[in-house]
Amino acid sequence: MPKYGMVIDLDKCTSCQACVTACKVENNVQIVSEDDAQNGRAMFWMKMLTMEFDGDYPNIRPKTLPRNCMQCDEPSCIKVCPVRATYLRDDGIVAQIYPQCIGCRYCMANCPYTVKVFNWDRQEQPAEVERTYNPDVSVRPKGIVEKCTFCIHRLQTASEKAKAEHRDLEPGDYVPACVEVCPVDAISFGDLDDRKSEVLKASRDYRAFGLLEELGTVPKVRYLNAKE
Amino acid sequence: MSYQNLRDEDEALFRPIYETDRSFYAVVIALTAIFLFGLGCYIHQLIYGLGATGMDEPVSWAFYIVDFVFFIGISHAGTLISAILRLSKAEWRRPITRMAEVITGIVLAIGGLHPIIDLGRPDRILHLFERGRLQSPLLWDLTSVTAYFTASTIYLYVPMIPDIALLRDRGGKLKNLYRILAWGYKGTPKQKHALERAINILMVMVIPIAISVHTIIAWIFGMTLQPGWHSTIFGPYFVVGAIYSGIAALVIVMLAFRKIYHFEDYLKEIHFQYLGTLLLVVALLWTYFTFNEYLTTFYGHEPAEMRVFLYKFTGGYAPFFWAMVFCNFLLPVVILSNKKLKKIPGILIASIGVVIGMWLERLIIIIPTLANPRLPYPTGMYIPSITEIGIAGAATSAFLLGFMGFSKLFPLISIWETKEGREHSVHEVSMRLREYLPGQLDKSGVEASVKAEL
Repeated sequence: MPKYGMVIDLDKCTSCQACVTACKVENNVQIVSEDDAQNGRAMFWMKMLTMEFDGDYPNIRPKTLPRNCMQCDEPSCIKVCPVRATYLRDDGIVAQIYPQCIGCRYCMANCPYTVKVFNWDRQEQPAEVERTYNPDVSVRPKGIVEKCTFCIHRLQTASEKAKAEHRDLEPGDYVPACVEVCPVDAISFGDLDDRKSEVLKASRDYRAFGLLEELGTVPKVRYLNAKE
Repeated sequence: MSYQNLRDEDEALFRPIYETDRSFYAVVIALTAIFLFGLGCYIHQLIYGLGATGMDEPVSWAFYIVDFVFFIGISHAGTLISAILRLSKAEWRRPITRMAEVITGIVLAIGGLHPIIDLGRPDRILHLFERGRLQSPLLWDLTSVTAYFTASTIYLYVPMIPDIALLRDRGGKLKNLYRILAWGYKGTPKQKHALERAINILMVMVIPIAISVHTIIAWIFGMTLQPGWHSTIFGPYFVVGAIYSGIAALVIVMLAFRKIYHFEDYLKEIHFQYLGTLLLVVALLWTYFTFNEYLTTFYGHEPAEMRVFLYKFTGGYAPFFWAMVFCNFLLPVVILSNKKLKKIPGILIASIGVVIGMWLERLIIIIPTLANPRLPYPTGMYIPSITEIGIAGAATSAFLLGFMGFSKLFPLISIWETKEGREHSVHEVSMRLREYLPGQLDKSGVEASVKAEL
């Protein structure tokens, strides 16, 4: 059984936010009204976080970090969910079961990365957006929690395709949208159990670190520090 | 015990059931209006989703959860205090226990509904039973609140049976209801014995259940990894806070209904002074816990913890924090430790302060932690919407309406226990006191000396 992981190289990342946009479109993440967005209800599965600012105004260099779900091996969200609306799959993906979620938001309160987003209400989407919905991903109703799933629908499609072609899933068959779209190849993705995989090599780099690793959440998304 | 001569002696306790003022209806109408407004707010929320609230991305739990913890805290007034007073054979409990137990029953029902109001999908509430995961503290909470509600309603009902029998014997209004609820109680020695045994078992049982309920509510927060929540002290800290707000709420309700129904003869200043002493003790205990909680955080100086700490002490929530310190520590301790101020008006002011302060305490525990996530997110100030305020208003008025409704059906002060106190306890207590004294070792000797004195 593979164990999917991701390594994001902050040295290559240009903060172009292509991953943020690609994720939003790929996963039919709701576009909220301007008012709601101002009130902190904008929904992003992949989000560009400004970690710190270098230098003084006007010569500021913000240090940014693209943050999706860390796909922890010891996930805090799963521990507290009262109805098993989120669970850890054998392949390491922390998946969501939307029809099961009761919207208690306990997982949101317990996620140390504040990754989960809630559908506070369901707003009319622009016609162009509705036309381009991804048919592989369900559109979530109001009142439930959602988050990045490593584009799990792509895994399903890829493994079905591989099965139809009577072969095993190969590296590169399945990559999430953010990985595919990154113009500078800053994100590597793959099987952490595969000794030859690029992602494993990257995750063992001397620059590699995990966000808030000290909490014992064992994140499977790791970062490579920017070179000075 | 003969029921005939009760009629004149404790008539004042029956009066609220049979006579109703016009002002009572006015208050009922006003409260019903507030309640209906809140109900309208909830229906609005059901249609438009939780977007109708002021909650946002990091602050994903707010008013409803604060009110939930607060109301369940108030509910500790009753059963726990009444059980402890009964267990310690405190004779001054007699006019207090009933009201305390009623508060528990009603507030628990209201508080228990708050997590459901807070759900994004209340239509999926049955998933908790069909697919509930017992590993989640929310399920522990569901279990313990239901157990507490069951136990405390029974604990309210059982000691009420003799009073219901009295009401049945008087005839008149709602005769059939009283006949069913009185369970054929006639006051025979056998029945009385069974009743006392039942009360004894219940009061011992209800204490651990009550303590477990608020401990588990604290665990909902304590079990998480979040700064400001992840604390081993939270269980007992919440229980103390619950008892604290509970006593204060009890004092306020008792004073209000003493005034409305003219119970001055039953609820004397001495009762409030004893409750005031209890309040002072718990006030100091609460302060001790609070001091513990914040000093360890400050001394450890962990960055994530300190962000929450400073948000409370000097940041956005500083006004609420210092208001809480004033309401929960300065005000009650100054008033209640001063003999001149520890009169009924002073005790009332202290109690109102404590209820407000304890609500602020719940607010301060829940929101600053969520508003200061570990990673640098842009955060704003949480401001409740009208929907949330409306529902809080509805909850409070539902409590008052429930209490007033109860007072029109059943006596607010236990009549048979008052009677029992008058007839038996004076003798019993003097016997008990003599047993404590040196020199008189066996029971028969005590009995003889009491008889000789009489």
